[in-house]
Amino acid sequence: MIKTALTILLLTTASATAGEIWVSNEKDDTLSVIDDQSLEVIRTIEVGERPRGITFSKDHSVLFVCASDSDTVQVIDPNTGKVLHELPSGEDPEQFVLHPDNRHLYIANEDDAITTVVDVETRKVVAQIDVGIEPEGMAVSPDGKYAITTSETTNMAHWIDTKEQSIVANTLVDQRPRHAEFTLDGKELWVSAEIGGTITIFDVADQSEKAKITFEVKGVHPDRVQPVGFEMTNDGKYVFVALGPANHIAVVDPKTYKVIDYLLVGRRVWHMAFNGDQSRLFTTNGVSGDVTVIDVESLKPIKSIKVGRFPWGAAYRPT
Amino acid sequence: MNRALISLVAIVQREALRFVGQRGRFLAALVRPMVWLVVFAAGFRAALGLSIEPPYQTYITYEVYIVPGLCGMVQLFNGMQSSLSLVYDREMGSMRLLLTSPLPRWWLLFCKLLAGTAISIAQVYAFLFLAGLFGISFSWSGYVAVLPALVISGLMLGSLGLLLSSTIRQLENFAGVMNFVIFPMFFLSTALYPLWKMAEASTLLRDICAYNPFTHAVELIRFALHGEFNAWALLWVVLSFAIFLAASVRGYDPARGMIRRRAG
Repeated sequence: MIKTALTILLLTTASATAGEIWVSNEKDDTLSVIDDQSLEVIRTIEVGERPRGITFSKDHSVLFVCASDSDTVQVIDPNTGKVLHELPSGEDPEQFVLHPDNRHLYIANEDDAITTVVDVETRKVVAQIDVGIEPEGMAVSPDGKYAITTSETTNMAHWIDTKEQSIVANTLVDQRPRHAEFTLDGKELWVSAEIGGTITIFDVADQSEKAKITFEVKGVHPDRVQPVGFEMTNDGKYVFVALGPANHIAVVDPKTYKVIDYLLVGRRVWHMAFNGDQSRLFTTNGVSGDVTVIDVESLKPIKSIKVGRFPWGAAYRPT
Repeated sequence: MNRALISLVAIVQREALRFVGQRGRFLAALVRPMVWLVVFAAGFRAALGLSIEPPYQTYITYEVYIVPGLCGMVQLFNGMQSSLSLVYDREMGSMRLLLTSPLPRWWLLFCKLLAGTAISIAQVYAFLFLAGLFGISFSWSGYVAVLPALVISGLMLGSLGLLLSSTIRQLENFAGVMNFVIFPMFFLSTALYPLWKMAEASTLLRDICAYNPFTHAVELIRFALHGEFNAWALLWVVLSFAIFLAASVRGYDPARGMIRRRAG
């Protein structure tokens, strides 16, 4: 009875932020939709080949999916799960980011060493910018001034002026940069380096290196500690970093740049997404084929949910 | 006060006094599981945690897995220790004194069991406290829910000790108990490895583990610590307790039991 009462309480208090977590399954060519209240997979949707990067439009009315092996970005209606149309993306799109104008999609084309800019309304390629070899990580500053592409082999973060659609600066990072994010205030850029095992923090004002974070997980060989995706809480309290084959999420204090804790999740943790009120974090664990849910307040993993094979990216939408 | 209650209080007090008097025993009761937790589990840290089985909802480290098993181990050793003290009592004659009481024999033996269980529970909570200091903690509801589980598992393991004590004539034979009861019971259970891990090695081993009452005691504790109830494990533990207690009451019956047969 207490359990039922608690469930009802939980449902009523959480209903204000109820939503879904959408996960791309790289090897199944599907998306798994997780209800963020019941923590169960409620839908599985077939998409193009090798879906990786996944993001919603600002109003959550459409979903963009990088179908890497289909060489396209698919635009999906999240209510019906149907592919509405496809966008020209260049070859092998892996990650992308939607500009704050909700119109321009910046796509990293891993095989072609270019970043493609697509207008999602006219469905036309606006620009193609030469970047380093194997571009992957994509970020855009909150004011929309800069778009960032990180190139895995060149080991650089390329700063693209979004007005001119050209590179204005290149900054060296550690080996194989995978993911980039601006802080909410737009003052810092964080870039993870998978092989380097670090996160480098840049001062956006002058693109200088401000700090570097290293990771050390007890009982895990340093070679396996490979930072990949990461997400920041809006209150500036935590940054959660996926450590790939170390099977842990590092919790970093963005003020001190110190690691507070390491949380055990599934195997080869890759990317993640918060729910609406950021009380829970959903991490995609590629090799174990599941998503681990972390309670942000207690910093404890609470459940792992089976999804498709090799879950890669995750995105939230309110319902 | 009711005579039965007086005897219960007296027996529990005597056991408690004896336990407090033996500081080494309390220390050993804590050091043993802590060594397993800190040394043994550290080596296996990365080996497990790859499968999710109820009551767990997500991946856990080996240290987290092993804690309920070590709680069971504390109770198992305590049960055997009580059995040892019974053999000692019998050799010293105090057992004869106890059994000449006009109260029913099963009640006296049950009081003995209850006293032993109370001590084992104190040891388990002390161990859980230490485990908490090492970062392996459970929810408050888990710590509360585990109490009834510990009572029933403590009674079951204590009654096994009681049964064994009715068959052991001399203290020297106790080493045999260690080899033939404690070790197989502990290792052939889910205390150290989950059943699926055992099944990978051999299905026979898995089946033995699945029938071992100690497995069910550990699972009962494990589920309770995570605020869940395992009815199947409870059934097994209660059934084993009933069988062991009935057999030991019979064993301690001078008219039929092993004491008489051996003496004669």
